[in-house]
Amino acid sequence: MKPLLDNFFNLQILAQYGPSVLQGFWITVAVALLTILFGVGVGLALAIVRAMRIRAADAAITLFVDIFRTLPQLVVIVFIYFGLPYADIQLSPFAATVISLGAVLAAFATEIFWAAIQAVPQGQWDAARSLGLGFFRILFLVILPQAVRIAVPLLTNRAIAITKGTALGTAVSLPELLGRAQSAMAIAANPSPLTLAAALYLLFFVPLVVASRWLEGLGPRSH
Amino acid sequence: MDALQLFLDNFADWDSFVRIWPLLWQGLQLTVLLAVVTLPIAIVVGLAIAVAYSFHHKVVNVLLLIWIDLFRSFPVLVLLILIFYGLPFLGLKLPSFAACVLALTLNNSGYYGEIFRAGIEAVPPGQREAARALGLHPLQIIFLVILPQAIARVLAPLASNSLELVKTTSIAALVALPELLRSARVAQEQTYNPTPLTAAAVIFFVLLWPFARWVAKLERDMLMRQR
Repeated sequence: MKPLLDNFFNLQILAQYGPSVLQGFWITVAVALLTILFGVGVGLALAIVRAMRIRAADAAITLFVDIFRTLPQLVVIVFIYFGLPYADIQLSPFAATVISLGAVLAAFATEIFWAAIQAVPQGQWDAARSLGLGFFRILFLVILPQAVRIAVPLLTNRAIAITKGTALGTAVSLPELLGRAQSAMAIAANPSPLTLAAALYLLFFVPLVVASRWLEGLGPRSH
Repeated sequence: MDALQLFLDNFADWDSFVRIWPLLWQGLQLTVLLAVVTLPIAIVVGLAIAVAYSFHHKVVNVLLLIWIDLFRSFPVLVLLILIFYGLPFLGLKLPSFAACVLALTLNNSGYYGEIFRAGIEAVPPGQREAARALGLHPLQIIFLVILPQAIARVLAPLASNSLELVKTTSIAALVALPELLRSARVAQEQTYNPTPLTAAAVIFFVLLWPFARWVAKLERDMLMRQR
């Protein structure tokens, strides 16, 4: 028991490195929120463009979706951070992580929103058109409110899964929670900072995971 | 045209590709090995969790739900770092390959556990009752009656999660396991050229794209059926 406490719950070490690890936590939160904002926003916008059925745009969006849905997140982050400088595009670790994770989430969100728009019965379009509504009013006032409800459970799960990828930022030396805990562990030769980081990750994600379980219960399956 | 040529020279230079291919090939083999070893283990552990849950023992089920949500909440990279760099402080030093298998398995036991569990819970109780009335053993009921129906219901999330597992093997690069991504990074630093990174991305894309398409189709079909 003693080595466990000394190594993983060493209060002295925690007091010393806690503030630095906590700073990393706020960076993790910022990356997570920006990723969700950027990913869901772009995903919704692209799904709306798809609903307009412009052939050239469809092809471009499908390519974007397929690339970022298929590539591992870490491969995207590493490529954007270490590869793009050869094309004279040098992004900060923060920007590279947010853009990479945001692009991956956007790809999944596009797919989910677009499937949800298609899942709204054709009769809704027909009824709205017969009331004299134009394309955009039908889309925004009739179809999207229903589609978003269909999309929420899948989207929440996906957003949480991708947001957990913020820890991958450590691969491009983003000083987020895991990165700071790891360097503190290396300096102190003690893994207590890592325990603290693990606890903070759980503090952040357990409520989200439990909430998503609850949301799924409210989803279309319960009708 | 000049810009395109410049891009190709930099990001898709054939000579560098030929030079670094042996390194990438070894990395690819390790990536495939890691996926092939981890997938069945993680699926079996997840299945075991769900089957245990299906017997509806109150205390056991609370513990199983805690296990599932705990590992679904834990970023898999944090788990890997904890196992690879943390456990040695307790005298348990795992090689990087074993550490990756363990981290991916624990993480995915939560995901697979939840997927199988949801599938089993969605099978109407009449099925279980009918099977019991026929005098089947509880294990026969779960494996011969319930599970086949449950798996058919959750095929989409099962396929989706399996694809994610294969993609996630790339985090092994961060504990110095020379899989595909790690090999590409090493090659890129040796050649001062991003072609290895492009090559790794293209290899991942070509291998995984058919599965990604299939998963997307399964998920779309599932959404349509729910309406």
